[in-house]
Amino acid sequence: MERRTFLTTAAIGTAAAATGLSLPAMAQGKKAVIGVSIPSATHGFMGGLNWHAQDTIKRLKATYPNLEFVLATAGAVGKQVNDIEDMVATRNIDALVVLPFESEPLTSPVKAVKDAGKWVTVVDRGLSQAGIEDLYVAGDNTAFGRVSGEYFKANLKPGAKIVVLRGIPTTLDNERVDAFKIAIEGSGIEILDMQHGNWNRDKAFSVMQDYLSKHKKIDAVWAADDDMAIGVMEAIAQSGRQKEMWIVGGAGMKQIIKRVMDKDPQIPVDVSYPPALISTALEVTALNFVSATPVYGRFIIGSTLITAENAAQFYFPDSPF
Amino acid sequence: MSDSTRSDSTRADLARADTARPSLAARLPGLSALGPLLALILLVALGAYLNENFLSAGNVTNVLARSAFIGMIAVGMTFVITSGGLDLSVGSMAAFIAGVMILAMNALLPSMGVGVPLILAGMGIALGAGLLAGLGNGLLVTKARIEPFIVTLGTMGIFRSLVTWLADGGTISLDFGVRQLYRPVYYSGLFGIAWPILVFAVVAIAGQVAMRHTRFGRYCEAIGSNDKVALYSAVNVERIRLMTYVLLGLLVGLATIMYVPRLGSASGSTGMLWELEAIAAVIIGGTALKGGYGRVWGTVIGVLILSLIDNILILADLVSPYLNGTIQGVIIVLAVVLQRSKSSA
Repeated sequence: MERRTFLTTAAIGTAAAATGLSLPAMAQGKKAVIGVSIPSATHGFMGGLNWHAQDTIKRLKATYPNLEFVLATAGAVGKQVNDIEDMVATRNIDALVVLPFESEPLTSPVKAVKDAGKWVTVVDRGLSQAGIEDLYVAGDNTAFGRVSGEYFKANLKPGAKIVVLRGIPTTLDNERVDAFKIAIEGSGIEILDMQHGNWNRDKAFSVMQDYLSKHKKIDAVWAADDDMAIGVMEAIAQSGRQKEMWIVGGAGMKQIIKRVMDKDPQIPVDVSYPPALISTALEVTALNFVSATPVYGRFIIGSTLITAENAAQFYFPDSPF
Repeated sequence: MSDSTRSDSTRADLARADTARPSLAARLPGLSALGPLLALILLVALGAYLNENFLSAGNVTNVLARSAFIGMIAVGMTFVITSGGLDLSVGSMAAFIAGVMILAMNALLPSMGVGVPLILAGMGIALGAGLLAGLGNGLLVTKARIEPFIVTLGTMGIFRSLVTWLADGGTISLDFGVRQLYRPVYYSGLFGIAWPILVFAVVAIAGQVAMRHTRFGRYCEAIGSNDKVALYSAVNVERIRLMTYVLLGLLVGLATIMYVPRLGSASGSTGMLWELEAIAAVIIGGTALKGGYGRVWGTVIGVLILSLIDNILILADLVSPYLNGTIQGVIIVLAVVLQRSKSSA
């Protein structure tokens, strides 16, 4: 079974691709090399993102023989900067698709790539300086919070009590939580507690245990992430209070989507923030090198409510996430 | 030699240079020993004052059961640190063992079926994997003579990336049917006390006895104090050191056995930073980081202090959640200061 593919995708093929395409972005007969730099699979969402990246690269290579991909995964900011420098120096890339580990430190290395005349696609986390990237592909964190909040507003009575689990303290998390709060404004829903579960199952489990000891009545939980939703469910099962409250997670983990499909009353819906957004970025970037399709600009992938009716289109049983 | 380690260790340590000191002080429990206990009592009082549910049976069970994983590991860590070693790999090791255990149980499922033998096989695999992992660390430290910090920093990265690889970047989940059968190992118990708490209690008591009343414990302190002197006193230094790492590996395996039934899964983020929590608990409890003196019951108190801080912060809503880390840090430092200043008085 093939698991890590940064070696396999890095195979250097210098055989001339005999394609008759005449394109502005590449000289005839030369393969276009697309460098892909993403964080390594440290948690569920990134694991899914890595899987989708590898899967898409495999498909694109089969479809377009004149495209070559270099995939590097980094566990830390410094490593990602090194990866990008190496790609430019040794692999002579024509385009860079990058999901920055952090915005600030990656801004100038990515700008250097752009200044060298390469195509730059930035995914999910924006750079701290505007106008560097040719293409920006991202999920919509504000919509993620808003869609979740609207569901709570529509399905809870005024005076209902909810608890919230937040992610790792970041701008991304703040955007989601702020949008959620605005969406439930005026609904009379009371947020009893809001603590960080760090998008981690174990942490979410113990935070939820504490919520359950502290609050006698909870009507619903915004777990804001599917990994955290799993930990929350386990803590609720331990206390035997399954009938009392429902949970809304987020992202689109296959186990959770399956429950939504099966109409589990505890997990009525999920909110999408698909790790497959890396596939969108890769596909669209590839289009630039194989066709004359204009692809510069911004591509924002909406967050939608996943219900029992539409769950099937968000269900990827082969993905690890 | 620092004052804080003198009172308790003189009686135990035959290899120490200054064993001729008067043993009167050694008979009484050192005042320094009460520091962490005092901190624990203060925390419990604070928790009870802030929230009436703090002392409820449910909350006490939650906190103790949660402490059990780090607790068992920290007891093993006490021996490693006492004999002058260190193990940074335990968190990753726990994640790796959990991954191997779940994959093995899923693989054995078709041939063995859902039943107690399958669970026992999984437990055996976890202990075996723990033993091998500990043996690996121990051999690299004793035979290859590499600094424990470097060896275990290396194995920490190895175990962490192996579990991520096994999980294909995602999560390894135990088969649903097996999970239902295995679940009570974390969630139920004997006489109303949850299994993880019982197992932790047994490990802690056995650890305390081993440290204070066996040759193994005395040798650990002797080696940590001065390994040359221990060697000249006919102590098999390498073998004892190796044994501490193997013991720790086994205890990580045991902790994993109690951990897996909780969520039934393992991923690259399982056991994150457990090594630092375990080391912090050992030091809060009064064991010297440079080795030579170990206090197992202190370690247990250290573990309880760490999980209580977390619990109280969530129950009480005292500060912005952004500041939880600050409060934790302050209390950890205070607990150690309390112990140091008492000892010099």
